Amino acid sequence: MKKIRIGSGAGYAGDRLEPALELIEKGNIEYICFECLAERTIAIAQQEKLKNPSKGYNNLLEYRMEKVLPLAWKNNVKVITNMGAANPVAGAEIIAKIASNLGIKGIKIAAVIGDDVKDNIEKYKDVLVWETGNSLGELDGEIVSANAYLGVEGIIEALEMGADVIITGRVADPAIFMAPLIYEFGWSLNDYEMLGKGTLVGHLLECGGQATGGYYAEPGKKDVEGLGKLGFPIAEVLEDGNFIITKVEGSGGIVNRHTLTEQLIYEIHDPSNYITPDVIADFSKVEFHQEGKDIVSVSGAGGKEKTGSYKVSIGYKDCYIGEGEISYGGPGAYERGLLAQEIVKERLEIRGVKFDEIKFDLLGVNSLYWNEDKDYIKPEEVRVRVSARTKDKAAAAVIGEEVETLYTNGPAGGGGATKKVAEIISVASILIPKEDVKIQVKILEVN
Amino acid sequence: MKLWDIAHSRTGDKGNISNLSLIVYDMENYEMVKEKITAESVKKHFKDIVKGEVVRYELPQLGALNFVMYDALGGGVTRSLSLDKHGKSLSSFLLEMEI
Repeated sequence: MKKIRIGSGAGYAGDRLEPALELIEKGNIEYICFECLAERTIAIAQQEKLKNPSKGYNNLLEYRMEKVLPLAWKNNVKVITNMGAANPVAGAEIIAKIASNLGIKGIKIAAVIGDDVKDNIEKYKDVLVWETGNSLGELDGEIVSANAYLGVEGIIEALEMGADVIITGRVADPAIFMAPLIYEFGWSLNDYEMLGKGTLVGHLLECGGQATGGYYAEPGKKDVEGLGKLGFPIAEVLEDGNFIITKVEGSGGIVNRHTLTEQLIYEIHDPSNYITPDVIADFSKVEFHQEGKDIVSVSGAGGKEKTGSYKVSIGYKDCYIGEGEISYGGPGAYERGLLAQEIVKERLEIRGVKFDEIKFDLLGVNSLYWNEDKDYIKPEEVRVRVSARTKDKAAAAVIGEEVETLYTNGPAGGGGATKKVAEIISVASILIPKEDVKIQVKILEVN
Repeated sequence: MKLWDIAHSRTGDKGNISNLSLIVYDMENYEMVKEKITAESVKKHFKDIVKGEVVRYELPQLGALNFVMYDALGGGVTRSLSLDKHGKSLSSFLLEMEI
C-alpha cells in the first residue's frame, strides 16, 4: 500500500528551526509543513503590510527559507506553510528571490490567496459575532483584517500545478497537512471518513513538539530526555488513512499514548464534532497503540459532511492595556506587596481615572490562579502586578506611572519597576457562505 | 491524594473558552476519576476563574476526559488582563484537585 511521510516543521510562528532541518535530512519525509499562524497573527501582519506593502508575512520566513530550501530541494521534500500571513504573494516572491540567490533552478513556488475578505466586510454587518453576541456592525473598534479559514482546495491545486513550495495566508491548521495526503492518495473531497482521518494527521502534527514530549515534562512523573534537542513529529500515512506517529531516531523527546492523547484533546471541544472547512471530524473513537520505541499507530478517526460556511477571523482595534510591576523581597515581602496594591488603588481614585477592568496580582502568590478559599503561602519574594483595560491610551499609561512612583513614595524596598502600554487588537469571529470566497493560486518559477 | 498523583493534563484555548484534558496514567483509575471529577466538581474548583458553564466529554478508550470551560479566560486571549492570557497553567490547577 502506498504511504507518505509528512514532517511537522514548526508548532507556532516563532518555533525552533533545527528540528525542521533534522526532519528534512534524516526523517525520510516527502513533505514538511510549517504551521505558523495563531488567532491574532494575521491582524498584526496586516498592520505591517499597511506600513510597507512588501511586508506582512512571517518575520522568520527569510531565516527559515535560507536554511530549508537547499535541504528540501536536495532531499526532494516539498514545503507547505501558512507563513504568508497577510501577504502570501510577497512571501512567495521572497522565497523565489532566496531560491534564485542560492542557485536553485527550476523550483516552483505557489502562493494561495483568497482568504482575505476585508474588502467585502461591509456586506456582513448584520452577521452575528460569536464573541460579543451582537452584529458585526456594532463592533466597537476599527477593523484591521478579515481572513477566512480556507480548506485544502488551494493547496491541492498548487500541488497539481507542480509547486515545490506552497505559501498560504489563513487556512485551517490541519488542512496544511491533509492537502498533500488528498493529492497523493486521490481521496475524494466528499469522502468524509478519509478526511476525518487526514484531519487527525494534521491535528497531531500542527503543534510540532507538543506531540513528541514537548510541553509534557513533569520531573519525577513524566520525565522526558533531550528537551533541548526535541525531535518534531513525523506521520507515516497509509492510503487507507491509518498512520503512525514517530520522530527521527536519536532526537530528544518521546512518542507514546500519553503525549499523543494530550495533543489529541488540545484545543478540541466536542471530540465527535471537530469542525473544519473540509469536514466535521470525529476523534471520539481514536485509539493509540505503541508499536515500538517512539512509534505509535493511530486509528479510529472518522468524519461527517462539512458545513457550507467559512469561519472568518476579524482583527479590530479593541482597547489599550496598561501594566506596571514592582518587586518586594525578604521578611514582610508579602505584606509590603499588599500595601503597595492598596496605595495604587488609592492613587487611581485620587487621579479619577476609570477603567473597563483592573486586576491586581502578586506574582508568586496568586497571579495564575485565584481561589478565595485557598490559604496561600507567604513567599519571601513577591512581584506586584497591576493591569487595566481601557479605550483611552493616556488612562492606560497611568497604571504604570502609579506603580513606578512606589519607588520613592511606597513601601520599603520596592525594586525593578517596569511599565508598558499595549494597543490590543482583538479577534471577532463570524461565519460567511463558502461561495463568497474565491481561492486563487499564483505560481512563480525560478530559472 | 491529588489528581496530580494519578493523572496528567494539558490546556487548550479558543477565544474565551479553555479546555483541559485529564488523562490517567493507569487505565485502572479511569472509572474512579470519571465518577469523582465531574463537570460540577471542576466548575466548583475553578469558581473564581471560570464564569461560564463547564461541559465534560469522555474518551474511555484513552483513559481521558475533556473539560470545556466557557467564559474562562478573562474575556479572551487577546484582551485578558491575566499574566497567563492563554490559561496554559490552568491544567496544573486542575491537577491540584483532591481525589
